[in-house]
Amino acid sequence: MIASARSWVDIYLTEMRIAIQQQLQYRVANYFYMIGMIAEPVIYLVVWTTVAEQQGGAVGGLDSGELAAYYIVWTLVRNMNIVFTPFGWENRIREGTFSGELLRPMHPIHYDLGYFAGWKVVVILLWLPLAAVLSLLFHPTATITPLGVVTFAIAIWGAYLIRSLNQSSLGMVTFWTTRVGPVFDIYFTAELLLSGRLVPMSLMPDWVQQIAWLLPFQWTFGFPIEALVGGLSPEQLLGGLAMQALWIAIGAVVLRRMFSIAVRRYSAVGG
Amino acid sequence: MRAISLFLTFLRVGALNELQYRANLAIQLLESGISVFTGLVVLALVFSQVPALNGWSQPELLAVLGVYTLVGGVIGMLIQPNMERLITDVRQGTLDYILTKPDDSQVLVSVREIRIWRVVDVILGFVIIGVALVQLQGTLGPLDAVAFVVALLLGSAMVYCFWLLLTTAAFWIVRMDEIVELFMGLYASGRWPVTIYPDWLRFGLTFLVPVAFAVTIPAEALTGRLTPELLAGAAAFALALLLVTRWFWRVGLRRYAGASA
Repeated sequence: MIASARSWVDIYLTEMRIAIQQQLQYRVANYFYMIGMIAEPVIYLVVWTTVAEQQGGAVGGLDSGELAAYYIVWTLVRNMNIVFTPFGWENRIREGTFSGELLRPMHPIHYDLGYFAGWKVVVILLWLPLAAVLSLLFHPTATITPLGVVTFAIAIWGAYLIRSLNQSSLGMVTFWTTRVGPVFDIYFTAELLLSGRLVPMSLMPDWVQQIAWLLPFQWTFGFPIEALVGGLSPEQLLGGLAMQALWIAIGAVVLRRMFSIAVRRYSAVGG
Repeated sequence: MRAISLFLTFLRVGALNELQYRANLAIQLLESGISVFTGLVVLALVFSQVPALNGWSQPELLAVLGVYTLVGGVIGMLIQPNMERLITDVRQGTLDYILTKPDDSQVLVSVREIRIWRVVDVILGFVIIGVALVQLQGTLGPLDAVAFVVALLLGSAMVYCFWLLLTTAAFWIVRMDEIVELFMGLYASGRWPVTIYPDWLRFGLTFLVPVAFAVTIPAEALTGRLTPELLAGAAAFALALLLVTRWFWRVGLRRYAGASA
């Protein structure tokens, strides 16, 4: 039992080490990627700050400093949300490289989780100077509590796990058809609108907020951000972590079930 | 002239190739529809809070969204596929095949790939602009219309230059796949008129990444904000950018060493 747990940890650490070493070589490419991504929250931030100023200083209960804090933390959470995508599964299956992965002794999701987790370490390092520059430019304000920081540190990894599991489950669709871009697009649009990525959820109409509460999206995006800078109460922080735990469990069960059905359909030529 | 005839030949071949895959049209329709839907939701959210954003009314911002969609379609149809292929060719050494052809290499790398179904975005862009113009109830004079077309062409040329300048960097930095993310991320700022951004960002979006020229200035022509001086300035800047791009392409090309094509 202990030996098997140790070998699991070993595989994760090895995958992480490989990712860190690989990705540190491509610092410029990683920065290009991150700068392209940072444009999105900066746009939202400017638009909503303009709206807040026109309304006398605040919109949806957030003033410009709080909006800045929200969208700066957004940039890290967005990066934590990048996982092995359904498009990656599409490639694996269409090109047959999945055959090789099936020969490995563990479920493929573990290698993906380990690799991307290692990449996150590089991303967090590269993010720190970007966050400093954004803070100088946009003057964020927030009340940060020790409990909020701890919750945030856990929640970003919870978010990473939920999104990895969900995206891989979605990727299982590619075992049946290899052109699923539009299906994914609909999913990503729902996620964009209901996660707190486009706007803080407090800016959405009530009925949208109620729907969002029942879906996994905001627990991977809005919740980690608000845990750090949203002034949530201890009950809200713990409640959010509980929702994350629930979605991790659901995601794991769904992926396990779907994978066992999907993999029977797999066939490849070459690869 | 030769460049235009080459472009038309590649356009025909590209169109013939893609017309074989008609299901892609349905996919493109859905993808473009989703993208426009998201844009409309954001506009609705903003205008549920305020009557006008920094002096731009709802129909005016709808016109901006139309131009954004239209230019995005042009980029996706003509510019992006060529640049992506160029990056791959430099990395794999297959650019050899272009360099051994008896024609201008910059023209060849710029016209050989076409994604014809992205024309959906171009059409959708025109439809949104049409709806916005009806809502504006203004009269778009023939001069405004000409200014709009000219601004659109200049803007597209500048986007092309910007993208080729970045892609040329592939001769030095080999892995450039992320450039697509970088550009599309920055281009998304064009959903809003650049006048809403802080000064430093507006400067960047005008002269470093020509989003202002590509989207805001054509939209200004539609909403009666464009002055002749601004249009002349855009023309001068476009010309300068074309010359710089040409020079940089030649410098970059000298760095190229085909390895294993």
